[in-house]
Amino acid sequence: MTMEQKVKMIEVRDVQFVYPGNNDTESVDALSGVNFHIDKGEFVGIIGHNGSGKSTLSKLLNAIIFPTKGDVIVNGLNTKDHEHLWDIRQTAGMVFQNPDNQLVATIVEDDVAFGPENLGVPSLEIRERVDRALATVEMQAYAHQKPHQLSGGQKQRVAIAGILAMEPECIIFDEPTAMLDPSGRREVMETIKKLNRDKNMTVIHITHYMSEIINADRIIVLDQGKIVMEGSPESIFKNVCALKKIGLDVPQMTELAYELRNEGMDIRDNILSIDEMVDALCR
Amino acid sequence: MLKDVTIGQFYPTGSVIHKLDPRTKILFTTAYIVMLFCINNLWGYLATFLVLVIVTLISKIPVGYIIRGIKGLVLIILLTVTLNLFMTPGNVVAALGPFNITLEGLKTATFMALRLIFLIVGTSIMTLTTSPLDLTDGMEWCMRFIPFVRRYAHELSMMMSIALRFIPTLMEETDRIMKAQKARGANFETGNIISRAKNLIPILIPLFISAFRRADELATAMEARCYRGGQNRTRMKQLVFENRDRVSFVLMFMMIGGLILTTMIKIPLIFPI
Repeated sequence: MTMEQKVKMIEVRDVQFVYPGNNDTESVDALSGVNFHIDKGEFVGIIGHNGSGKSTLSKLLNAIIFPTKGDVIVNGLNTKDHEHLWDIRQTAGMVFQNPDNQLVATIVEDDVAFGPENLGVPSLEIRERVDRALATVEMQAYAHQKPHQLSGGQKQRVAIAGILAMEPECIIFDEPTAMLDPSGRREVMETIKKLNRDKNMTVIHITHYMSEIINADRIIVLDQGKIVMEGSPESIFKNVCALKKIGLDVPQMTELAYELRNEGMDIRDNILSIDEMVDALCR
Repeated sequence: MLKDVTIGQFYPTGSVIHKLDPRTKILFTTAYIVMLFCINNLWGYLATFLVLVIVTLISKIPVGYIIRGIKGLVLIILLTVTLNLFMTPGNVVAALGPFNITLEGLKTATFMALRLIFLIVGTSIMTLTTSPLDLTDGMEWCMRFIPFVRRYAHELSMMMSIALRFIPTLMEETDRIMKAQKARGANFETGNIISRAKNLIPILIPLFISAFRRADELATAMEARCYRGGQNRTRMKQLVFENRDRVSFVLMFMMIGGLILTTMIKIPLIFPI
């Protein structure tokens, strides 16, 4: 790789987000003192228990909500700057959890066209972008189908194509696999990894499933609105105890290695995949 | 009876009429409806019938399928006919107890029945030959020419197409909720109308809650995809008038002209008034 200078795609500076309370409820701090940045082309996994502030964070990155305190900078633009709202949303696309509730149109290709249509892209170019986006997620064959005839994984891939057609530089995935069956999950994960690897797309992947982010460049762990850990998958997952304390799992193999070490076996504590485990055991 | 109503259903046969621009079909149907209320004698109805027969034949839609559409509304037609038959004053031709049938009544009843039937058949041919999505697009374009409505043309058509998108999703959901409630011992099959309606509540409430949640999530997803109403919005698929549409417009004006001519025919057909 060349000496490419790292360009900051997203910068989160000392962000606090408070859900305002009303007469009956108290206001809740969803996030406080959150600081991190994401470089161009990076694959970052964000994990955390329910209510840790993951979804709030993802909505902040896409300028759907705005920080109570601090700044979110996307590609050099501050989300507080309402003039750039649409540029930010176009730069940082977002794929949501429920595949049914993010498809707008009655036909797959029309849905993919929805984003570029909103951006005012000329008709012919929309056509090209739609074809390209559908090819990237390998859904060309379904261009004329109706969304409700597709499987969950296919719907989610259409949703990804819908974002790709807007030509973003970064895609935020907010638990895109949470509602899918194992095969749908695999399809979607392969698509996401392919985007990061082949198209050099910056990916922020928020998830419950640890196995999905063992190949990430970096992992950020959230708990109760704060970043509690940050680092490479190996360095994060070896803290089995700490992760379990905040209600998170570790990848199966990491857990097995952990148990084996507890039983007195001499084995590395940073094993993530089955292959690594086989390697370590056969040595 | 509800499943008999064919208005609003799409019946693809790939005919020329199916391929026409939705705007052409909407305009043609509008002209047809207006003319239906302008014609004033049976010659006119005869000519309209001829138009319907020709259009139906070109559309390749089975006649039985179209007639089924009338069956669903037969009650309304009968009610209109009966009311007109007995309530119109004029020359009495027959008496039925306290009710009198007049010649004028007979004439208006026939006209009303024909008008209703032709109205249903005409509009259902439009919906049978146009996919709901095309229809929505066509309507958006047509609404741009109506004052006051113009401002909301895009929003209205967006609402319609989202409704179309979510009908199957919500149907599926209803089915799932019904099964879930049945598994908990709910009974939807027996009892009188009132108790059956009451039994629907455990379906409707979860359905409504989920529909609202879906709407909220969809709105967020749409905003995340830069949706900001109709301004500066472009379309991938643009409606284009083709030659067949131009031919249709010529035919439309011929129909209008022909039907206007029938109103000038002074020779009575069947009814001597």
